[in-house]
Amino acid sequence: MSESAFRPASAGTSGPLLSVRDLHTWFELRQWGFLRLGHVRAVDGVTFDLKRGESVAFVGESGCGKSSLARTLLGLHRPTSGEVVSEGRSLGTLSGSELKAYRAGVGYVQQDPYGALPPFMNVRRILAEPMIVHGIRSREEREARARQVLEEVRLSPADEILPKFPHMLSGGQQQRVVIARALLLEPSLLIADEPVSMLDASVRVEILNLLHSIQAKRNLTLAFITHDLSTVRHYANRIFVMYAGRIIEQAEVNDLLEHPQHPYTQALLAAIADPDADNAKHQRDVPAGEPPSLLNPPPACRFHPRCPHFMAGLCDEEDPPDFEPRRRHWSACWLHR
Amino acid sequence: MSPWRERLRQLSRYPSAIAGMGMIAVLVAIAIYAVVAIPYGQALELWRGGEPWRLNPVNAGPVWVDRLFGGDMPRTIVVDSDEAEVEEERFDGGRMVRIPLEFDYESTGFPSGINLFVRSAFEESEPFVRMTWHRPDGEEIQLGGRAMSRQDRVSFSQDWTLERRLGEVAHVALFAVPDEQFERAQPGEYGLTLDAILFEEDAEIAAELVVYGRVHGIAGTDHQRRDLMVALLWGTPVALSFGLLAAVGTTITTLIIAAAGVWYGRWVDAVIQRLTEVNMILPLLPILVMVGTLYSTSIWLMLGVVIALGIFSAGIKMYRAMLLPMREAPYIEAARAYGAGNARIILRYMIPRILPVLIPTFVTLIPTFVFLEASLALLGLGDPVLPTWGKVLNDAQAQSALYHGFYYWVIAPAVLLMFTGLGFAMLGFALDRIFNPRLRAV
Ligand SMILES: Nc1ncnc2c1ncn2[C@@H]1O[C@H](COP(=O)(O)OP(=O)(O)OP(=O)(O)O)[C@@H](O)[C@H]1O
Ligand SMILES: [Mg+2]
Repeated sequence: MSESAFRPASAGTSGPLLSVRDLHTWFELRQWGFLRLGHVRAVDGVTFDLKRGESVAFVGESGCGKSSLARTLLGLHRPTSGEVVSEGRSLGTLSGSELKAYRAGVGYVQQDPYGALPPFMNVRRILAEPMIVHGIRSREEREARARQVLEEVRLSPADEILPKFPHMLSGGQQQRVVIARALLLEPSLLIADEPVSMLDASVRVEILNLLHSIQAKRNLTLAFITHDLSTVRHYANRIFVMYAGRIIEQAEVNDLLEHPQHPYTQALLAAIADPDADNAKHQRDVPAGEPPSLLNPPPACRFHPRCPHFMAGLCDEEDPPDFEPRRRHWSACWLHR
Repeated sequence: MSPWRERLRQLSRYPSAIAGMGMIAVLVAIAIYAVVAIPYGQALELWRGGEPWRLNPVNAGPVWVDRLFGGDMPRTIVVDSDEAEVEEERFDGGRMVRIPLEFDYESTGFPSGINLFVRSAFEESEPFVRMTWHRPDGEEIQLGGRAMSRQDRVSFSQDWTLERRLGEVAHVALFAVPDEQFERAQPGEYGLTLDAILFEEDAEIAAELVVYGRVHGIAGTDHQRRDLMVALLWGTPVALSFGLLAAVGTTITTLIIAAAGVWYGRWVDAVIQRLTEVNMILPLLPILVMVGTLYSTSIWLMLGVVIALGIFSAGIKMYRAMLLPMREAPYIEAARAYGAGNARIILRYMIPRILPVLIPTFVTLIPTFVFLEASLALLGLGDPVLPTWGKVLNDAQAQSALYHGFYYWVIAPAVLLMFTGLGFAMLGFALDRIFNPRLRAV
């Protein structure tokens, strides 16, 4: 492994694994390569800490910036402003090799397992790649570690799996390979972006259970993005609810599900509770009204155009701070004033 | 089974692929044979012409073609004084040497020329040689006498006085059946007797009589007596390596540049796109002609220019279109997330994806460069020293080979060029079907 062993969680450090402070990730929209049309504010002022060994879920409707946040934490997008602090150092200040070492400490599980695996490599090669990138020269060591992670994600027999190409594996098996690859470099943080949404319903629970057991056994921090509020209770300690690039509510999972504070969260949960919604979960997990444009977001509270408790002159003029209406339960809404 | 091995296995199901590979194998075998049998330096030396070829006839056709059509055209006969029964007679201050150069002539066709090469060693006084021709019917014809320098040549066929005296050029008149108006040659025992007078005690003389035939070897000879076999053999490695290097050079550089443009995007991509568009309207052949005329026609320079102009070729547009969707591929994002650098992503993740499309194109590209080299040579811009197929064609054209009926001179290199094109094309088309299955139904 790299000499500058700068990783999100080397032993002996206390405090949060990762601190995110007022993070903004904006994408410049251009026409013909130079005409600036404005910015897509995918992540627009997000602050939170991830503790060691906890499991957190990010929820929110499509396009609210969950994936952009995840990619920023992975160092794939450069933050427009704000900081991601790990080990007392800001991600933006890391040198090339330090960033590489940081990346070894963060595993990434993507949504679409088939797209996440290069179709022209077999499993052996796919698993070797991260180790080659991080300088593990010995072929025997690579083989041994590949077999070990395959066992950990319960893909066996390894002799049969290793020479296979992605298209020869089922969706569930592919996602296990993706998870195995994310675990190879022994990360302390695992980021999973909707890890089961593209999978067959029958294997979803298996994969979620697998992630949960790996998280518990390795004592790593798991941050996962999901649409499925009904299963979140079993797999997460804390929930962050995102809306239009911001975190509008965060709390322990049970507290949030039983006592939602923010009107948006309440609408979200009501939609699930509605028995009719079972058939069409994805259409109905969103409260009524248009999701906001990230190019031209509504001023102040982003939710006010859809909010049933809208207070003119306040909600559309001043950004609500994070109130703490219940113990360790924060909600950004003027109702808690 | 890996996709590559699977594709190889499929290849064996295409007869055209097998035939194409067979043809390429033949060419490669010829190329290897050429390089081993005639080392590079020797090939250049031979192709320069002159002395090494003095025993070859001018513009002789291949032997096998003549025999195939039932002809009995003569081959070249060389008679050396070392094998003759030399008689010597001493006199005060010198010697008289009689050298009978005798040979059997078997054809009824006339030879294409007669030369006598004389080597002598002396201090000051040149030997004097008198030459007498013996015909099978016993008649003798005096061919005159002259003093000989150390390395001398008597070209009977270019002796105009002799021609006037005999009524026809020497190599015809001296072999003709008597009283038949020079219609055919008379087979039988001929001889040229040299009566040399050496004016010094230890002077020496030796001679070689060459009766040039009308057919020579497998490939025949050109106007400079060079055996065309040298050029046909050596043209193979030159053509293959030029085609291969140009194809590799342009494909790899084009591919890497296209991938870099797609990956880095922004101004890198914009610059590459504009350069490509400018380059696409630059005509390759006229530029090569200009470079060749104004600078040098070295094949390596031409290769350099072809590759340089090929870097920003239209292929970039095609590769870009294929690579662009890949830029956003989740597996590339995953690779970045575990720390793969730009070079690794371009070389290991983007390029392998389009290799299947690339390989058939690459194979069919090779002969186009072989043809390009031949076209340049045909335009007189061939490499000045290397023997190539194109240069053979160029010589043939300059000497009006077809007008004079020297078909072999044009046909052999043309057939080799077509053979090359066909071999690579048949393999390339089969590969295209295997690697791009969408074509298979067509
Ligand atoms: N590289 C990019 N360049 C420009 N805009 C982007 C880029 N990535 C994301 N966006 C925009 O940012 C917004 C947030 O996208 P993001 O993928 O983060 O949403 P999400 O919450 O993950 O949605 P989903 O649930 O559908 O995956 C979208 O409007 C998207 O179009
Ligand atoms: Mg997403």
